[in-house]
Amino acid sequence: MHIDLFLTCVNDALFPATGQATVRLLERLGHRVNFNPAQTCCGQMHLNTGYREDALHLIRKFVRDFRDSEVVVTPSGSCAAMVRELYPEAAQWAGDDELLRDVEALAPRVFELSELLVNKLGVTDVGAYYPHRVTYHPTCHAMRALRVGDAPLQLLRNVRGMTLVELEGANECCGFGGTFAVKNPDVSAAMLTDKARHIMNTGAEACTAGDNSCLLHIGGGLHRLRSGTRTVHLAEILASTEEEVFA
Amino acid sequence: MSDHGGLHPAQPFPEAAREQVVRAQLRANLRKVTHTIREKRANVVGELPQWEQLRTLGAATKDASLANLSDRLLQLEQSVKARGGHVHWARDAQEAREIVARIAAAHGARELIKVKSITSDEIELNRALEERGIHAIETDLAELIVQLSHDRPSHILVPAIHRNRAEIQALFNAELPGEGELPDDPAALAAAARRYLRHKFLTTKMAVSGANFAIAETGTVCVVESEGNGRMCVTLPEVLVSIMGIEKVLETWEDISVFMELLPRSSTAERMNPYNSFWSGVTPGDGPQEFHLVLLDNGRTNVLADDFGRQTLRCIRCSACLNVCPVYERAGGHAYGSVYPGPIGAILTPQLLGMHDKNANTLPGASSLCGACYDVCPVKINIPQVLIYLRSEANLQKGLTAEALAMKGMKFVMSEGWRFEGALELARVGQGPLVHGDAITSLPGPLAGWTQVRDLKPFPKEGFRDWWRNRPAPVDAAPPAIVQKAEEGPVPPQKKEGGQFDAEPPREDTL
Repeated sequence: MHIDLFLTCVNDALFPATGQATVRLLERLGHRVNFNPAQTCCGQMHLNTGYREDALHLIRKFVRDFRDSEVVVTPSGSCAAMVRELYPEAAQWAGDDELLRDVEALAPRVFELSELLVNKLGVTDVGAYYPHRVTYHPTCHAMRALRVGDAPLQLLRNVRGMTLVELEGANECCGFGGTFAVKNPDVSAAMLTDKARHIMNTGAEACTAGDNSCLLHIGGGLHRLRSGTRTVHLAEILASTEEEVFA
Repeated sequence: MSDHGGLHPAQPFPEAAREQVVRAQLRANLRKVTHTIREKRANVVGELPQWEQLRTLGAATKDASLANLSDRLLQLEQSVKARGGHVHWARDAQEAREIVARIAAAHGARELIKVKSITSDEIELNRALEERGIHAIETDLAELIVQLSHDRPSHILVPAIHRNRAEIQALFNAELPGEGELPDDPAALAAAARRYLRHKFLTTKMAVSGANFAIAETGTVCVVESEGNGRMCVTLPEVLVSIMGIEKVLETWEDISVFMELLPRSSTAERMNPYNSFWSGVTPGDGPQEFHLVLLDNGRTNVLADDFGRQTLRCIRCSACLNVCPVYERAGGHAYGSVYPGPIGAILTPQLLGMHDKNANTLPGASSLCGACYDVCPVKINIPQVLIYLRSEANLQKGLTAEALAMKGMKFVMSEGWRFEGALELARVGQGPLVHGDAITSLPGPLAGWTQVRDLKPFPKEGFRDWWRNRPAPVDAAPPAIVQKAEEGPVPPQKKEGGQFDAEPPREDTL
């Protein structure tokens, strides 16, 4: 299948390894991956922070950049949810019927990585090898907006060499919420503290998730605490093989 | 400007939350109660396989009523009058207070009993009555606890959620007359309150209630509750005044059935409320002989006029959203500064006040947008979407702030791929002084909130785009998709002379 990668701005800026892992993984599974360098950001930060007009500019750009894609994959639950759940809303708020038609045509072709693999491609064993003790944090947008269900867990359970340990309070938000973490730092910190405590209680070497925004937050907290526990994106675990462990 | 009573927050949310979030006992109390209710709710909701259909029906029923709200209200007024009741229309909190005070004065009441009082808290009724020498007594146990401690409610359903048993024991020992020294035992504490309240029920001539629903076709007002104090209030006194927000009206008896499933399971995690009281006007010789219904607007018609914010008025005040909200769980109800706390308060309060109140307008920001509130809402209010919508509405009121300028700058950078890549290259160089070891531990200005408790990962040396440009072109792998490695050997890197756009492989190659 020809798959267009939407890297996301956060990955572009801070997590190139996640993009690389996504490409390697999909190519290993026999797909052709394309990266359109015109792409930038889905506009989520602007829309969620209350800058509707700026967000619409980026939404229109996203639609232009990916209009011709057969399938778009993104290693981010919240960016996929932005396109699928909030693009139609934003178009309606703007009263832009043409944009609404465009986003409704494009949205069903945009997938978060684990739902593309499990729900669309029907793959649960990607032949990965990752010799570590890992716990999994289901991110809010993947879980509640995209309803990816246990797709990430199905993939993780088939990773060889890995010990997957359960996380208490897994379904609770880590407290990132984009600019929420900066604008309401005290409440965000309180949420992060609980999440970090639960992760450390698992004794895992690493916490994984399908979204680097959440992991940036969780990882930043774990690093500040000198916890010795790191964060790693799901794609990097799935891309790892016996020959080469990427993360 | 009209008087909005108990809606107006005295502080912006982030400041109020900062004061609350450090209170360890409050955090522990909130965590215990919200987690208990949320688990019980999940269990009783799980018993109904048709729950999702019920939610859809609940939302549609409220929407239908809101779509013809003025007709429904006029019909309700007629029905109530036909059954011997009186109907009053209140534009805002002040008008509503004056209506109730006038009725109390007409009967020479020095004391009145109250139940289901959140709407009366919205109009700050107790304070207004005290000023006129009339003492209002809360009869809901938790409301009584809040009143005796000169506190404010912090939850829609469990107003004293922030208080634990020891605090209540100390309070009752100090405030309940003639009870002696009470033990640290919930049953004994409840019994003491019961003795105090029973006396008030039997001796007070006037009552004020809220309303969960009103039925337009019959003029029936409804209160659902757990303790029986509502039943006492709406049957024992001679005069009953019910105050309801205009969004509470339903068209028919049939309409109410779905909410009798949705409300108790969502709020108290019960299959049915212990007490469901319905009354229509007055009945000679039975119950209150004078009935007044106060229809309160207080900003609701403004919410109704907004196509995208209107769904907020579906709310049936079940409080399920509070019990699952990670922000409410840490900050508590008082941080919201309004009688409506939690996720629903974060959208209802600023809309009722009109989107220009600079403290209320911080409330739509009081959410990480985790979506748990939408999942549990029995009438499917898409709270996260309304929050996002209102953040934009609030920003429009603020004009060109530093934040707005920063966002415009980001938009400019993000408008072209090459511009974004260039900005990242600048950031890689520019971050130097901020990086200590393998992390940025302190950020300046408005970003300082991030590094308060978190380190930040620095920008990596090599970006994805460089890697993509320089990697060997992949070979076509044959379907079906299997795990395999390319064995055809490396393919020369694509030529990269020129600008960033030259790096893009031709579309026909890749699609």
